[in-house]
Amino acid sequence: MSAPGRNTPGFGRSGFSVGARFVLLAVVCVALMLLDQRNQHLQQVRGALSVVVYPLRVLVDLPFSTWQSVRSSFAQRETLIAENEQLKRERLEAEFRLQRLESLETENARLRELLDSTARVGSRALIAEILAVDLDPYRQRFDLNRGLVDGVFVGQALIDAQGVVGQVVRVGPLTAEAVLITDADHAVPVSVNRNGLRTIAVGTGDSGRLRLPYLTNNADIHEGDLLVSSGLGGVFPSGYPVARVIEVRLRPDQAFAEIIAEPASALDRDREVLLVWNATGEAPRAAEAAAAASVADVQ
Amino acid sequence: MDGRRHSWFVPAFSLALTLALSVLPLPDSVAPLRPDWVAVVLVYWSLTTPHRFSLLTAFWMGIAIDTLSGALLGQNALALLVVVYLAERFHLRLRVFPVSQLALTVFGLLGLYEFILFWVDGVAGRTVPLVERWVPPLTGTLVWLAMLMFFDRGQREARERL
Repeated sequence: MSAPGRNTPGFGRSGFSVGARFVLLAVVCVALMLLDQRNQHLQQVRGALSVVVYPLRVLVDLPFSTWQSVRSSFAQRETLIAENEQLKRERLEAEFRLQRLESLETENARLRELLDSTARVGSRALIAEILAVDLDPYRQRFDLNRGLVDGVFVGQALIDAQGVVGQVVRVGPLTAEAVLITDADHAVPVSVNRNGLRTIAVGTGDSGRLRLPYLTNNADIHEGDLLVSSGLGGVFPSGYPVARVIEVRLRPDQAFAEIIAEPASALDRDREVLLVWNATGEAPRAAEAAAAASVADVQ
Repeated sequence: MDGRRHSWFVPAFSLALTLALSVLPLPDSVAPLRPDWVAVVLVYWSLTTPHRFSLLTAFWMGIAIDTLSGALLGQNALALLVVVYLAERFHLRLRVFPVSQLALTVFGLLGLYEFILFWVDGVAGRTVPLVERWVPPLTGTLVWLAMLMFFDRGQREARERL
């Protein structure tokens, strides 16, 4: 094309030609991708890199968290009083429910003893803040301000006040990456609260919708049914609200019905979520994320 | 000497700002319009002042995006490498283009960038929508045009320096 060394852009001072350096770096990229794809070979590298970019994350998050703290410190007296009243009312309600729950819990434990099965009630939780950082626009992922230092592990369940939010897919020393239950590659084992019908809720990529693709046309499910986590698969603790069915469309020409559900938790409005540990303390099998993904793939 | 320091500071700052922009939270309605900031800025710099950044810079910027966005490590790095390599390889030919054709070329480069990302996602078996994919190259080209107009003076100076 041109005399070597004259018109070819000289990228740097090294001995390699530009083309050779390009090929070299491209090969490095492909090798990295392969290693990253083939299970967590690069866990350590990613951890180190995530520490390097941590300041940037915090910097981007800063205006948003500052704005929130400024807004709360300049809040009107009346609004504060009103909020206080409301919180008191809510707490009273919650305590009332808790009283009942305690008696139910003991009753449950007693019944389980009678049935000779192990009790699984009680678990530890930690509040994590969601960093205001946009990740890949095509996937429903976000960063948390907790990492290995806080004992976070891959496959840990995330829950908010209303229900199941998602699970941790990658842990760095200071931050963790989590995936929402509505991510297109995610699936949650659920059961219908009304009758215990078990199925799987698959994400759609839209934070307001879940699909239930594995229920037949004659399945006993209606609009308004609450779906709770079934605890199968071992990632999500059982009994937490996941979604509410908003649309059941029967398709006589197909074996399966088209069922859409709306997540119970405020997936796109949350600022804080709870990281949950099982009562036993042991980290459940991390393979669940992969299993969930493959379920989505099969579909 | 002073001019040299200046010429080092501006691109470094623009790269840091670019990374921040590419993860800045946007409302859901606007988020699909977000251009691939890093690709746009690197293409801009490699077309105007080609000797400034090495391929290694493109590589590290790509790794930074991959780390920030939780993509496959090396995915954005590979796409950036290809785009920057092409831009630098052909910048002498592209330079004689009128702005309209240059814009088309930039659109093509950004489209290629998106395509590589999409392709890698596909090979890795990740579910991603296809429809919204053509929007970022479009907005990216507009941003590139805006940068060209805004920095026109600086660009002319840079050309003279070459």
